[in-house]
Amino acid sequence: MATEMSWKQTSVTVDGNEAAARVAYKLSDVIAIYPITPSSTMGEWADQWAAQGVCSLWSTVPTVIEMQSEGGAAGALHGALQTGALATTFTASQGLLLMIPNMYKIAGELTPAVFHVAARSLATQALSIFGDHSDVMAARATGFAMLASSSVQEAGDLAAIAHAATLASRVPFLHFFDGFRTSHEVARIEALGDDVLRALIDERTVLAHRARALSPEHPVVRGTAQNPDIYFQAREAANAYYFRCPDVVQAVMRRFAALTGRRYELVDYVGSAKAERVVIVMGSGAETAAETAAALNLAGERVGVLKISLFRPFPAAALLAALPRTTQAIAVLDRTKEPGSAGEPLYLDVVAALTEAVAAGELSAMPRVIGGRYGLSSKEFTPAMVKAVFDELAAPRPRNHFTIGIDDDVTFTSLAWDPGFSIESADAVRAVFYGLGADGTVGANKNSIKIIGEETAAFAQGYFVYDSKKSGSVTVSHLRFGPRPIRAPYLITRATFVACHQFSFLERFDVLEAAEPGAVFLLNSPYDPEHVWDRLPRTVQEQLIAKRLRFFVIDGSRVAREAGMAGRVNTIMQTCFFAISGVLPATEAVAAIKRAIEKTYGRRGDTVVRRNFAAVDAALDQLFEVKMPQAASATSDIRPAVAASAPDFVRDVTARIIAGRGDRLPVSALPADGTYPSGTTRWEKRNIALEIPAWDEALCIQCGKCVLVCPHAVIRAKVYEPAALAGAPAAFKSASAKWRELGDARYTLQVSPEDCTGCGLCVEICPAKSKSEAKHKAIDMTPVRPLHDAEVANWDFFLALPTIDRASLNASLVKDVQLFEPLFEFSGACAGCGETPYLKLLSQLFGDRALVANATGCSSIYGGSQPTTPWTTNAAGRGPAWANSLFEDNAEFGLGMRVALDRQSAYARELIARLDGALTELGPALLEADQSTEAGIAVQRERVAALKRRLAEIDSPVASELASVADSLVKKSVWIVGGDGWAYDIGFGGLDHVLASGRNVNVLVLDTEVYSNTGGQASKSTPRGAVAKFAAGGKTAAKKDLALMAMTYGHVYVARVAMGASDAHVLRVLREAEAYDGPSLVIAYSHCIAHGYDLRHGLDQQKAAVLSGHWPLLRFDPRLAHEGKNPMQLDSKAPSVPLQSYAYNETRYTMLVQSDAEAARRLLDLAQADVAARWRLYEYLAAMPGTPAETAHD
Amino acid sequence: MIDLSTRYLGLPLTSPLVASASPLCESLDNLRAMEDAGAGAVVLHSLFEEQIDVDSSHLDRYLTHGAESSPEALNYFPDLAGYNLGPDGYVEHVRRAKEALAIPVIGSLNGVSTGGWIEFAKKIEQAGADALELNVYYVPTDPALTGVQVEQMYTDLVRDVKASVRIPVAVKLGHAFTALANFARHLDVTGADGLVLFNRFYLPDFDLERLEVTPRLTLSSPYEILVRLHWVAILYGHIKADLAVTGGVHGSSQVLKAMMAGARVAMMTSALIQHGIAHLARVRADVVEWMETHEYASINQMQGSMSYRSVAEPAAFERANYMKVLSSYALRRR
Repeated sequence: MATEMSWKQTSVTVDGNEAAARVAYKLSDVIAIYPITPSSTMGEWADQWAAQGVCSLWSTVPTVIEMQSEGGAAGALHGALQTGALATTFTASQGLLLMIPNMYKIAGELTPAVFHVAARSLATQALSIFGDHSDVMAARATGFAMLASSSVQEAGDLAAIAHAATLASRVPFLHFFDGFRTSHEVARIEALGDDVLRALIDERTVLAHRARALSPEHPVVRGTAQNPDIYFQAREAANAYYFRCPDVVQAVMRRFAALTGRRYELVDYVGSAKAERVVIVMGSGAETAAETAAALNLAGERVGVLKISLFRPFPAAALLAALPRTTQAIAVLDRTKEPGSAGEPLYLDVVAALTEAVAAGELSAMPRVIGGRYGLSSKEFTPAMVKAVFDELAAPRPRNHFTIGIDDDVTFTSLAWDPGFSIESADAVRAVFYGLGADGTVGANKNSIKIIGEETAAFAQGYFVYDSKKSGSVTVSHLRFGPRPIRAPYLITRATFVACHQFSFLERFDVLEAAEPGAVFLLNSPYDPEHVWDRLPRTVQEQLIAKRLRFFVIDGSRVAREAGMAGRVNTIMQTCFFAISGVLPATEAVAAIKRAIEKTYGRRGDTVVRRNFAAVDAALDQLFEVKMPQAASATSDIRPAVAASAPDFVRDVTARIIAGRGDRLPVSALPADGTYPSGTTRWEKRNIALEIPAWDEALCIQCGKCVLVCPHAVIRAKVYEPAALAGAPAAFKSASAKWRELGDARYTLQVSPEDCTGCGLCVEICPAKSKSEAKHKAIDMTPVRPLHDAEVANWDFFLALPTIDRASLNASLVKDVQLFEPLFEFSGACAGCGETPYLKLLSQLFGDRALVANATGCSSIYGGSQPTTPWTTNAAGRGPAWANSLFEDNAEFGLGMRVALDRQSAYARELIARLDGALTELGPALLEADQSTEAGIAVQRERVAALKRRLAEIDSPVASELASVADSLVKKSVWIVGGDGWAYDIGFGGLDHVLASGRNVNVLVLDTEVYSNTGGQASKSTPRGAVAKFAAGGKTAAKKDLALMAMTYGHVYVARVAMGASDAHVLRVLREAEAYDGPSLVIAYSHCIAHGYDLRHGLDQQKAAVLSGHWPLLRFDPRLAHEGKNPMQLDSKAPSVPLQSYAYNETRYTMLVQSDAEAARRLLDLAQADVAARWRLYEYLAAMPGTPAETAHD
Repeated sequence: MIDLSTRYLGLPLTSPLVASASPLCESLDNLRAMEDAGAGAVVLHSLFEEQIDVDSSHLDRYLTHGAESSPEALNYFPDLAGYNLGPDGYVEHVRRAKEALAIPVIGSLNGVSTGGWIEFAKKIEQAGADALELNVYYVPTDPALTGVQVEQMYTDLVRDVKASVRIPVAVKLGHAFTALANFARHLDVTGADGLVLFNRFYLPDFDLERLEVTPRLTLSSPYEILVRLHWVAILYGHIKADLAVTGGVHGSSQVLKAMMAGARVAMMTSALIQHGIAHLARVRADVVEWMETHEYASINQMQGSMSYRSVAEPAAFERANYMKVLSSYALRRR
């Protein structure tokens, strides 16, 4: 259904992504998308508008299609363009790299198109989701024109200019802006209305594009193959289009200025007309540089900034025209790094342009030109840094190839800067808010910006900083409001207002560091104004006094509780902010906040609106100013980030990152090749749980289920000799171990109070209830505060207890496996994560011999995000070796590991044979070792140790060679881990090949049925009827049956598991998969925050998924076929409850019921039919007779 | 010609068989089938204010949960254009039902707040409902709350709703009142146009294996008609409000007994869920056949004929009833 919906030219408060997406959507017929941070929201907007029937400029709803990868999106786009559609896409980073092959094609065929890119770092020594120009610079040779936006306003304006220019020039455009800094900055801008866009786009160019389309009505061929005779000439044939392109862009810019009053240039100079020193820069850094130059010129300097908007085709003539002839020295700043090059791309282009101009006599003398790198991965780029660059240009011998913004104490590239230098205006409000992700601080601040931006004449800007944890994550909001346009794309370091929405942050960070003298400090405090002072750390007290801050408190958490908004202090703190910041009169502010609440939450029902209103109304009555004493009195202070006993690297490097001071680490502190120590989460005590499980040892049956399901490995069990209890803390609990064979051993179930997230999964799964009080279980969630200190001591004692010898345990029993040491612990995954219990179990079973290839996604983020990593080691120093390559290549990455291990092992065996005489009986023992059991592996390890000792005594090259590969003689377990986005979509081709290879790899798919990490976009695993981003109307296609597809090979071990339905099944499957000498695929149901329910009930939902037939448990074991049996085994019973009774517990399904009941019913009926059809097929397959063994071997 | 017509809440009905509020009434096709099978009126499924509140709170909670916490996932769901969370969906259903049916359509409402009751009652009226049934259920778990206070809450509610709508209002009650006859009179005086006896509720059951409380709603059995007959018979003639029997009406005999006790209508749900909507037509035919066999000309003729004030021995409805049953049981055993 198409609705005519025109957008008018008006002020809107949006982020850069929305600004660009609005234009791209209006000017496109086909939009091919794939999620990747930080560009995902552009695709989400497009999908949402299409679902709502918003029309393009041509009064029709564009088709938005999600593809399986960025490569797929580019391919689909190429086809759409060739068939005459106006087409666009949105991407970043690795996504752009995957599009490069198609970009060469699209450009080579002179096809008008615009790719909008939220420019982001590339994965090199590490992945980074943050902004720089590494990705777009990698695409600079494709033949695309490149247009850079430097602000939110420009992201919309230059998007329009790019669309108009591509149609006019036939050169495709890559329009980019800085990831996060621009894509996620919220600002008030003038949005482009349909009328402006209509006037800007020359309809004749649209018709010409359509006329060039492939059509059987007037057929041509494109994409021929050419030989040496003509390829070269044909390539040069496009020159004229590129020569003309800058003029075309400039003409469009002129037309745009006439329509909107906003003037853009290919190269824009700002600053002194007689500048001697000039900085040349692209992107958001140009805003900072321009503002700084203006400030310096006011102070009497003569400096200027050349902002490059069009980077390709490089506008050399425009650059020369814009450069003041007084210029003596130029610094070219690149937001990218090209190791090994003569300089970064913009620098080289500028040098070439100037050199050519001098040679041609267009420029009388060559200015001094230096190049420098800044802002990689959203590193701050501040006026102080700009000043340092200008200062360097004034030096007698300015440093070339410098860096700014870091301390390079290794190769000494970095320039120093004065952090005290600031150009912040005196009449602006600068506010910094510290919040938790869960308390809604960021959302409220976005609303505040809209309120101020849209209800007052003030300009507003907001930028938000998040940490890399998914549970208990800290957010810092930076808001500026002022009477003049705000061009300050950097964080606030001189705040006029600081709010701390969580009292506990005071002990973790220096929240008042950014407060300038006389600022206002607002604290959400459980303590009243009379008592709060004594609870403040000394650093806070000292700064309150020294900086003469005004100090306000409110018990926002209590007000929220009383209003029925547990934990959501956002609107309460927002109301207080308005009341004391003076941005708006209080009554006006309250009215505006309420309007914003209605707008934001109104669609979710009156109840929600009423509750928020109540919170706002209650807030001001509870806000108090604190009278402060003259001197600090606190004896406690901000606590150290890690314990003093931590290893050197953790203490010297990790701790500083945890404390928020990673920016200050010098180059020498960091590994050059991306290699970091394992097992560092144990030092980062986050203390985020409000409640932790408390153990009743008398009630506990020691089943081990709580230990198994704990997503964070914070609840653990040990069995030990009674004597080990000597010296135990008084509160340490133990019980008689319920293992008959272990005699009078003791058993302890212990929780780490400082690592627990309080998710409650353990308590939900606990089967042991009190016979006299049903609500009391063997573990109950209990407020942490009174337990904390005693449990910390208990945990330390527990860790020091001996770990039982695994050989005495039965690895096929959940009860015994609880005693296996986890080598994956305390990850930053969401509280109650459904993925991590599988990884933890994997680490318990095979961790000491495992290599893990981890696809990019949630599991790589909680598995490998700095500052700490959850993959750890056992007492022998062994543990999983973990690596993340990319998103799309993970199966191949893991296969490469296997191939290398096998090759090394084969080589080692060859070398043993060559050394036969020297190794005596050890050689045959090593070669014939049975490593099918843990005991066998342990013996082989001893043999390898003996081998190494023996080899050390042999002075021969063969011995040295063998020593270097000797470890490969011990069996290794290769695990290829990733989510459904990887396995079902972007990595499927590789996964298929790896499974087909027959190699001994184990694939674990943590199936959340959605792209969880990028915020809930539909994958091919998303079930029919579930709502997801890119499937806003409910997914219409059925979930792909990856297990069935893999089974068709016959030689792949395949299993589908769900821990909540059968933990014993999971255990059995993982062991069978690992033991199988061939490829194994285990698909694990993983409940997820993107399903929309209380994850406490995640395991119940897993069970319901199995009972309803949505997730039948199965195993396909090729070994059975070799025995003449049917390899297919159905491990769950026929569906016994309707699909609805499972699905409608989750918001992803019910939100469709609430928004479109008819569609929901239709899709549910189809999904129910899917369940029945699949079950019939599975039953049929499982009932087939086996093939006689001898035939099977033929 | 047998005359099955009756009047309920001032509405002329072609038959005393009424489909009572149940999930069956969520579908227009079912409602049409009920009319075709001979229902005199339909009571739509209930609009639950509390459900609206819960749905709204849940939606908000889970759309917000995890949002603005991670730079990669600012939220996890698309924000859809609208959610059918208020009474609008229900109101639209009332409107469509009125369009589709010739028989009276009675809306049903279960509120939790005074504002909610009144607001939603008005909306149901505006959508064209012929009458409104207040599905009142309140479990007084607070030991400090007296019976008088509970009854006052009910009468206040009826007064408020009556003051805000013009259509007739019936009240569906549970039977757990100390002095039901007196309470019924209060409701009657307050303005209730009908009393529907009695509501059946989810009751907590215990799962012995999991040691959990599980709500359970079983289909009614014909035996449950007895307590309804008892109270309709007692109330008949003492109050102006029309009486309706709901719960335990499975076949023609329960319908006939309900009429004789003094009910204007007999409402069915469980039997329709069990046997299908066509069962209604069979019951209707059986009622006609019984009346023909026993030479009754109209429903009106039998209404109240076995009520407290019409039977030869009213004491049978009082305590003596208990004693007599016991003694007759003892006699049979002998």
